[in-house]
Amino acid sequence: MRINCPICGDRDRREFYYLGAADYLNRPAEGDLDGIHKYLHIRENPAGVTKDLWHHESGCSSWLVVERNATTHEIHSVTLASEVAK
Amino acid sequence: MIDLVAKSPAAGLLPVTVGASTLSEQPVTQIYSIAPFKGAHVSTALKKAVGLGLPNVGGSKSEDGVEILWAARGQYFLIGAKPPPLPAAITDQSDAWCTVALTGENTDHVMARLCPLDIASMEHGDVARSLVGHMSAIIVKRKGGVTLMVFRAFAKTLVHDLQTAMRSVTAQATLPD
Repeated sequence: MRINCPICGDRDRREFYYLGAADYLNRPAEGDLDGIHKYLHIRENPAGVTKDLWHHESGCSSWLVVERNATTHEIHSVTLASEVAK
Repeated sequence: MIDLVAKSPAAGLLPVTVGASTLSEQPVTQIYSIAPFKGAHVSTALKKAVGLGLPNVGGSKSEDGVEILWAARGQYFLIGAKPPPLPAAITDQSDAWCTVALTGENTDHVMARLCPLDIASMEHGDVARSLVGHMSAIIVKRKGGVTLMVFRAFAKTLVHDLQTAMRSVTAQATLPD
């Protein structure tokens, strides 16, 4: 598996660390207990296109949003998390 | 007062030559990390002070024994000079890195055993952050080889991993058909 880092280019999966769903970028408002519960525990688990957060930990140290297909392993897009979270 | 003896990270381990490849430690010099603040321009001020501006992503610049490497996203390493005050986070990392040079015609084959990058496709002066074995490293392509930087504490592991790969590549090259 290879991930095309927007900064470093096409790199081996070994260089990356997987965090979890890209939902982590959408933090709930402070005090929104129901929102925090969903943010921490409720996840979609689609058999298909999914967005995840990856860290290029042995590369440029960027956080990336990787859109991939969980059934075919195809990677559709890789975006800097800083661009997505703007 | 006690006089402490400064030891280089790979003291007593290098140099090593196996077949056509040689691994040697590079002298410990000044290494400063420069991480420009968001939106800050430091290149002009840096060029005025040390003669070199910031390189492009994955690049390096060098002149008169001073070198500046792209080191990560928004981070650069100035080697062999002290930066002036800049709108950037600057840290002295001189004693934090073990720097070794791997040279010889086998370099690409030795690196292929340890690193997921295709070293042969890099140009002289290209810089990449990647892995050497399980260690996060800064890899600089040089004429006739590569320079590798890993955290100082990994010096012995780096030498061990590289030496093992050098032996293996050399042994396979000299096997009878």
